[in-house]
This record gives sequence, C-alpha cells and structure tokens, in this order.
Amino acid sequence: MSVENTQGQLWEVFIQSKNNLPYKHVGSVHASDKEMAIQNARDLYTRRSEGRGIWVVPSNCIVASDPQDEEAMFDPSDDKIYRHATFYKMPEGSQNI
Amino acid sequence: MSCIFAKRISTIVLYYKIQPMSEQELENQFQERIDAEVKIEPREWMPDAYRKHLIRQISQHAHSEVVGMQPEGNWISRAPSIRAKMVLLAKIQDEAGHGLYLYSACETLGITREELIEQLHTGKAKYSSIFNYPTLNWADMGAVGWLVDGAAIVNQVSLQRTSYGPYSRGMVRICKEESFHQRQGYEIMATMAAGTPDQKAMAQDALNRLWWPSLMMFGPTDKDSPNTGNALKWKIKRESNDVLRQRFVDKTVQQAELIGLTIPDSDLKWNEETGHYDFGEINWEEFYNVIKGNGPANKQRIKHHKRAHDEGAWVRKAATAYANKQKEVLV
Repeated sequence: MSVENTQGQLWEVFIQSKNNLPYKHVGSVHASDKEMAIQNARDLYTRRSEGRGIWVVPSNCIVASDPQDEEAMFDPSDDKIYRHATFYKMPEGSQNI
Repeated sequence: MSCIFAKRISTIVLYYKIQPMSEQELENQFQERIDAEVKIEPREWMPDAYRKHLIRQISQHAHSEVVGMQPEGNWISRAPSIRAKMVLLAKIQDEAGHGLYLYSACETLGITREELIEQLHTGKAKYSSIFNYPTLNWADMGAVGWLVDGAAIVNQVSLQRTSYGPYSRGMVRICKEESFHQRQGYEIMATMAAGTPDQKAMAQDALNRLWWPSLMMFGPTDKDSPNTGNALKWKIKRESNDVLRQRFVDKTVQQAELIGLTIPDSDLKWNEETGHYDFGEINWEEFYNVIKGNGPANKQRIKHHKRAHDEGAWVRKAATAYANKQKEVLV
C-alpha cells in the first residue's frame, strides 16, 4: 500500500526537564521543517511543565546499534568489575577515600 | 573464563547472521524474551501476527483518542463557566496528544500515518464503540469523563505492562495525564447530583445512558473474544476483557452511591463470596450493531473526521512545499 506522504518527516524529540539535567528521549513528532518540529514537540510533550529545553532530530539522522548485536556489544563489560570503585579493598581504618 | 564466554557469544551472534535461524527458532527465542518480561523494541524480530495484532490494537486505540475529541468538542462553546471551558479544552488537547503518542508508537511497526488515516476513513480500522453515542447535554460531559475515561484508565493501567516497548512507554505517559480527566468528569457529576432536582435528574439520565456502553468498552466476554488468545500469550494484553470490566464495576459503584446516583442495573449486587459485584447481562446485540457501523453517530464521526482532514489538505501541501524549499538548509 502506498499513499502520498503529506505528513512531513519524522523527528525524534529530546527534553531537558531541568537546567543541568541530560536531555532525554521522549518520543517523536511529524513536521515538515525545523520550526514546526520544535513547535509540535513543545505542544505535544511539554503541556505540564515537563521541560526547559527541547532538541528535535530528524529520525533518519539517528544511527542506532542493532538489537541483534546487544550481547556482543555490551556483555564484555559485565565482567570488568575492576572498573568500579567497589572492586578495591581499602586498608581497615582508611578515611576520606 | 568469562572473557572467553563473551567471545563465544560474539561468535554465536556472528554465526546467526551468516546462518539465519529458522522461523520456529526465532519464534521460540521471541517467546522466551516475552516470558522473561523483556520489552520488544521496533527493530527486533517479531512474528508477523504479533506485528499485525499490535498495529490493529494500537491504531484502534489512537483512532479512539482522536475520534473521542468529537463528542466533547461539541460542548466547548456551551460550557457553563470559564473554568469548565478551560478544563474541557485542556482535556480535549490531551486526547489529541494521546492520539499522537499512539500513532507514533504504531508507526514504529512499519505503517505510515497516511495509511493509518486511510484505514480509519475506509472503515478498515475501528475505534472504540463508545464514541458512536451522542453527547446530548452538559451532564454527558460529566458521565464521559467519569465513566468513559474511567474505563479507559482501567484498561490503560493494565497496558502499561504490555510487551511492546513503544506502546508501553506511551501508556505510562498517557496514564500520568489521564487521571485528571476522570476526576473532572466525576466533579461535574457530583456538582449536578448535589444541585436542583432537575440537575440531579440530568446527571442520573447521563449515567443511565452511558453506563452500559461504558461496560461494552472492554470488548466481548472472554468466551467470545476472538483476539484474546495470542494477545495474552504474547503479553500484548495483560488481563482479559472480563477481568478489566469487573475491576471497573467494582471501583465505580461506591463513587455512584456517594453522590446519590443509581447504577441502572437491577442485577447489580455485592457478592460476599467472590468479593466482587455481580452485574447484569450486557446487550451484546447492541454492541455488535454499533461496531458494524449502525450506532447513533458512526456516520457523523467519520464524516466529520474526513471533512477536517480534507479541509486541512492545503496546510499540509503548503508545509510540504515550504519544506522542499528549505531542503538545503535541513541537514
């Protein structure tokens, strides 16, 4: 089935809920240009003071890892517990470390 | 040792890429993920029937939000106070938003917005039968918020745990926003029920007309529900129609009693043994008749949606032309 696309392109929306917090993906909107994308994102995702900042990114510009590669990509770091501070034994009585 | 293990996993993954798994193996692996409560994400493998079921259910859900704006939109200019008008506008704007969250979730399954709208217009896709009932007076705004949104919340709270990631996240967002909808409706009903005898009679009349259609919102009984089987196995639905309907009845009876309204069901009775209310038989003939398109407002709803869509065509055209002009600026 093919119907002509008159709905604009797809944009992914990222919202910063407060100053100094990271931008978080919240969903997507349709829009035909940048301004419309920001406006639609604002109307759709910040109706209850959810945000102080918005990023919109054309969905086709996002490069994502393949879910099939999940284990190969991420499991190797599971066993490297020496990358965490809790791995190390501190001498009894040591302070401020 | 675990290092070697990790390497082996990469080899296995590589092997699968060269030597694709059979449909059956993929399906088994899929079911294992579902059973382990892992959410399924858009680019993962999923059975065709799972994808189809989701598209049908999510689009029906999205269309319901959008068509659901119509019976309420009728009352914006007739709201009895500025406060009531602001609240109603905010609620309807939420419904539009909920429709959009759901369309987005649905589109991740590989269907376009245009196709979804076309399916609504041709009648291939359905929406909740409740919106084919007219809203006759202001009391209906109360009953819709209290009962229709109330029933929707029971369903949507359960769907927060659905197995498809984008649908689940949409439901979480919708549930957060929806509770004001039910409360504003109940507030209208409580205010009218405490008003003049005429106002109370209006509230009771709205309850009488919308009670049974609200119970029908949960769909056919489990024994007649054609879509439940795989939906539960795949955890698209987490609870059956009858379980959800019972939960709604149990929650709502006390709310009616508190404001002095009577639920229009002579068989409604607390059952000490089951710890639930027993209630009367639903008129399924009416339900199927409305689904088939013969409800009081089916034609009007679709006609209105088509008209709004057609009248907006020039806006979409202009926006597309502007976007094409801007192409070089865009990334």
